[in-house]
Amino acid sequence: MPLFDQLYNFACWLTKDRTEAEDLVQETYVKALRGFTSFQSGTNFRAWIYRILRNTFLTSRTGLKATAMVPLDAEDADELPAGPETPETVFISNSEHQLLQEALEALPIHFREILLLCETEEMSYQEISETLSIPIGTVMSRLSRARKALRETLQPKLARAPHG
Amino acid sequence: MDKWTAQIEAYVDGELSSAEMKEMDAHLRTCSACVADVLQQVQFKRALQSAGRRYTPSADFRQKVRQSIAARPRRSFARYWLPATAVVLVLFAGTVALSIREQRLALQNTYSELADLHVTALASPNPVDVVSSDRHTVKPWFEGKIPFVFNLPELQNPDIVLVGGRVAYLGQAPGAELIYLIRKHQVSVFIFQERAVGPLPESDSTMQRQQETFNFRSWSQNGLHYFVIGGVAGGDLSKIADLFRNAGRL
Repeated sequence: MPLFDQLYNFACWLTKDRTEAEDLVQETYVKALRGFTSFQSGTNFRAWIYRILRNTFLTSRTGLKATAMVPLDAEDADELPAGPETPETVFISNSEHQLLQEALEALPIHFREILLLCETEEMSYQEISETLSIPIGTVMSRLSRARKALRETLQPKLARAPHG
Repeated sequence: MDKWTAQIEAYVDGELSSAEMKEMDAHLRTCSACVADVLQQVQFKRALQSAGRRYTPSADFRQKVRQSIAARPRRSFARYWLPATAVVLVLFAGTVALSIREQRLALQNTYSELADLHVTALASPNPVDVVSSDRHTVKPWFEGKIPFVFNLPELQNPDIVLVGGRVAYLGQAPGAELIYLIRKHQVSVFIFQERAVGPLPESDSTMQRQQETFNFRSWSQNGLHYFVIGGVAGGDLSKIADLFRNAGRL
């Protein structure tokens, strides 16, 4: 089963629930098999199957609830990605791994998913654009905002965490 | 924000062109502030890469999915059929037969996807996200969730009952799925933007799949494409289709 572990990991991050993630992954494979005729050779298989998983999630009860809370339009204006605006830097050690996971979990769904696709799945901007069905300019601006939001969520957590 | 700061993220993501990459490399040899930014972002990327790999599927679940896939009737012909069709299409490019064939193929694929959505709704204990028999409740629920508006027909025939609706995706296009009961049989009505699903011919057809037979009605009206699907007689589907056609004219 291609990409099984990666799809499962992504599904868990989307749903935040292992049982729901299992249902989502299973439904994705069933849909991918049924819809293989709609897959055009020469296009990106990984983006295609992630798109099936994501669309299935978006039409689920949890998905609708997660997306209903965040208006996408406001932050999707195409612009150049913003660099780090604050002089404070965020340095993360291995012991702060868990804080990073908590911060990632707390992000709105559209920030969480784009960070996972870029950093964990190591997708190119082009693949992310195909997976999320958004233009590359939007990929860049959303990614930049997502990183900024993650840093902002993380900073107070790191400040509170004991160092040593 | 200067040019360099704006490019740092794309640089770290390896998304600059090779010329831009060289330019940035040269700049980094002279600018310690940008070097610090790059280092911080590389470190952040690495941390996120490993933090993101958090969940591993259990062996039981892996086995379950493998079995469920193996149990499905294999449609291996699809694998060969698609490239074969592509060759045929190239050979007969430009002929009238081509466009008819393409339309039929698109329609078959679309029907197959819609049948999947319909079966999912049939199998689900909660097939709809807005539960109401009142069209004045169901229609406004879709506002803001899909990029178009549509009219829902008023039901005067007591045999046809509106159950509710949900957002459905055809390919990447969001649309509306309305679920009706006609003498206790579930029928789905899908509405998508015509430009999102591409041109499709108007059609009355039947699709035999495994043990199920679905009847379809589809047509385009005012920039929207309508699909009615259900395991009921064609005449019953036509009744619902006519109601929507009339409502669409309003």
